[in-house]
Amino acid sequence: MASVSESPYRLLGRRIPYVEGPLKVTGRAEYTDDLQRPGMLVGRLLRSPWPHARLRSIDVTAARAVPGVHAVLTGDRYPTPFGVLPITHDETAIAVGKARYIGDIVAAVAASDERTAERALSLVRFDVEPLPEHSDPRMGVSKVDEPIHARGLAGSNVQKEVVQHFGDVDQAFARAAHSVRVRGTFAGVTHAFTEPMATVAEATPDGRLTVYSATQVPHYLHRALSEVLGLPMHRIRVIKPEVGGGFGGKSDPLPHEIVCAALAIETGRPVKILFDREDVFYTNHGRHPTQNDVRIATDADGNLLAYDIEALIDGGAWSSFGTVTTYYNGVLSMGPYRVPNFRYRGRRVYTNRPPSGAMRAHGGTNIRYTIEVALDRLAEEIGTDPFDLRVRNALPPDSTTINQFRITSSSFLECLSAVRTASGWDEKFRKLPYGRGVGLGCGFYISGSNSPIHFTPKMPQSTVHLKVDMDGGIAVHSMQADIGQGSNTLLAAIVAEVLGVDLDRVHVQRVDSDVSPIDLGSYSSRVTFMMGNAARRAAEELKERLLAAAAELLGRPAASLKVGHERFELSEDPSVGVPFLEALHRAMETTGALTSSGSYQTDPRGGAFKGAKAGTAPAYSFAAYVAEVEVDHETGEYRVEKVWAGFDCGRPLNRLAVEGQIEGSIHMGLGQVLGESMNYRGARLFNPSLLEYKIPTPQQMPEVEILLVGRDDPAGPFGAKEAGEGPLIATLPAVGNALYDAIGVRFTELPITPDRVLRGIDRRHAEGRGWKGR
Amino acid sequence: MASPDRVSFRLNGQPVEPSCPPERILLDLLREELRLTGTKRGCDLGTCGCCTVLVDGRPTLSCLTLARLVDGRSVDTIEGLSPAQGLSPVQRSFVEHGATQCGFCTPGFVVTATALLRRNPHPSRAEIEGAIAGNLCRCTGYRKIVEAIEAAAGGR
Repeated sequence: MASVSESPYRLLGRRIPYVEGPLKVTGRAEYTDDLQRPGMLVGRLLRSPWPHARLRSIDVTAARAVPGVHAVLTGDRYPTPFGVLPITHDETAIAVGKARYIGDIVAAVAASDERTAERALSLVRFDVEPLPEHSDPRMGVSKVDEPIHARGLAGSNVQKEVVQHFGDVDQAFARAAHSVRVRGTFAGVTHAFTEPMATVAEATPDGRLTVYSATQVPHYLHRALSEVLGLPMHRIRVIKPEVGGGFGGKSDPLPHEIVCAALAIETGRPVKILFDREDVFYTNHGRHPTQNDVRIATDADGNLLAYDIEALIDGGAWSSFGTVTTYYNGVLSMGPYRVPNFRYRGRRVYTNRPPSGAMRAHGGTNIRYTIEVALDRLAEEIGTDPFDLRVRNALPPDSTTINQFRITSSSFLECLSAVRTASGWDEKFRKLPYGRGVGLGCGFYISGSNSPIHFTPKMPQSTVHLKVDMDGGIAVHSMQADIGQGSNTLLAAIVAEVLGVDLDRVHVQRVDSDVSPIDLGSYSSRVTFMMGNAARRAAEELKERLLAAAAELLGRPAASLKVGHERFELSEDPSVGVPFLEALHRAMETTGALTSSGSYQTDPRGGAFKGAKAGTAPAYSFAAYVAEVEVDHETGEYRVEKVWAGFDCGRPLNRLAVEGQIEGSIHMGLGQVLGESMNYRGARLFNPSLLEYKIPTPQQMPEVEILLVGRDDPAGPFGAKEAGEGPLIATLPAVGNALYDAIGVRFTELPITPDRVLRGIDRRHAEGRGWKGR
Repeated sequence: MASPDRVSFRLNGQPVEPSCPPERILLDLLREELRLTGTKRGCDLGTCGCCTVLVDGRPTLSCLTLARLVDGRSVDTIEGLSPAQGLSPVQRSFVEHGATQCGFCTPGFVVTATALLRRNPHPSRAEIEGAIAGNLCRCTGYRKIVEAIEAAAGGR
């Protein structure tokens, strides 16, 4: 395996500016809300003001009578349940029978303008029976009066329970020399992408439905529309315009998308639904509020013996990705370490709150914070350096975990050693003045899933089509969804790399289900790995045909030729060759435009036990971060001065994009530490705006030093693994552990707000500790 | 004011006089009436900066500005800051430095940065961070945006 510091490629491995950058900096990139259709109506949603209520009857007579109103919909019109996971279809486009949280959609209207729509919604009359409000997941684990969903486990609000036990945890604790117990408590956080959701739908007289939507997974939307509206998929066309960020929040098929399509069908007119920021907060699907009780045991030398974990996860009103969350919170707790005995019980509980779902580094973030803080404590108790403890327990490359994840490439040890040196750790740890500290946090993450949400596991997870005509432009079609991370750029670069052409020959087409072959979209950090492999195969196929044509023109065997820059040339004498266009035109003489197709499918992975596939991936990224903080002990405010980010994404294919993903991940991870929190009183969310839900500002961003130390992954395209989610995880514990080094206070509840810092300092003083003695 | 139901101002250098009810917000006037969709709607509450335009050269949140208030003034949107061919130095620098990801906040940042560099051609890093503090970006962690503005100021 080659080191990735030098790129052997012409384009890949370098800094490749985003191909759509010029459109974005000029305001010319087209997002869903920028679309206009002739005669388009305004779609508006009425949201439940009740946390939990039976909808006895709904009277829409007065609303329908308002001039300018074209349709009013309630839940009974399209009651077919849906959901992102095929096994937990518990949502409906509009509430049927019950409203389950403040913000649940209870009626919808299409009208000529916004004011008319609002007026109509104000005239919808409800006869409701208030039901018991469930806002505390602890109360939902046993039988309750009026569970939120009938499918709750044994009359409770438990949506999913996962129980796993590998090895013998009790026996391991019995012989342990050291053990710690940490309860990690995490407020819910949300994606806070800048583009509110928007959908435009149009049903046309040819019996077809076209839906434009700000989605990360056009294919799942396509399927949900088909299921709920009862239309075959081939009569529905899903188009993804530019998407203004997602981070998981646009990965479920969402009810408003289906409502918008339904309104278009009902009215025969194009309809747009545009969210305001409150809609976005109530739609949520952010990171779950979670409580993780973790026990870890080691022997006298610090070798890990066992993890014992119990998790309680607040799911909100729907399942969403929650079954996956419940598994991930357990199975993603082990790597990047070797854990010989493991027990986990995780329960995700429905509450009458906005649904939680998948958010960047889904399922791997909260548990990782708890584990890494516990390891920091263990290192102190054992009297070893936190780095040495991690090195001792590092999961080696080409190994198998106790729950049968197959680990292939790993440069975790290189991540550790790179940040230890770069951060000056050995001169700083426990040696900085009071109020200043350094901390270590580590992580790993899946690079795509071996167990995707798909019709059948036999179908490829990604397919890429190429078409090149006599103009020499290469059109690339795929349902991969660029939501800002740069997948269009990478797709173009891979095709250009293989064919030896300049990037401007390659045109990645807008996602359009009529012409884009299926790729499962932007989630689970799958895109580079899977789309990249599919794109490479499609381009290789085209390359073979162009090489054959060039060989004919040169009168030499194809095997004696290689790809040059915009030409095909003799390997032994590159001065003899054929320009790209000449080879292309020769190849087209028999077939016309050249087309090719490449696809990617994962190998079967995982054990035979229940839930064995959860968390299995064709590769894993690894991270080790050091954060340095400065705490003001009088105000409780603190600043993260610098983060050293050691990351293994295999070979970085676009360094600009990889850096962007790491810097953006640190921003988002830091937000969850500094203060981001979905604040509830009971079931009521009381900060649904970006004024009260504060994401970090430019002044709060630390300096970031990125150390990419990966090696070529054997199965990744050109050796690459993911870099979109794994870089978030290590941020949080690095900061938490740095705060301990600075002021001697363990923070096990996120966010770590200044008042919590002050209370921690006070507690420390009350114990007779603190100040210089930490 | 030219006529009671209209607003008269210079938009990207050209005089315009669109119809405009008194309660119309500048952002709505630009996006819905004048179809200048480069100015983005992120929050409607003045919290995100996606809708930033220049009013008499000063960065202004168009979602918090009644359209009638720009009567007789000069408004520049991202469209007006973009040359007919190619890119402005700030725009070019944003592209080269990877300062866009999803791009939804980008017009607001470009507008803010352009105004900053007109007012202060050689800002310090702290001055840049201060100038863009009213613009939220969830993708980049701001590092590449700050680098792009620094590089544009350096004339690179």
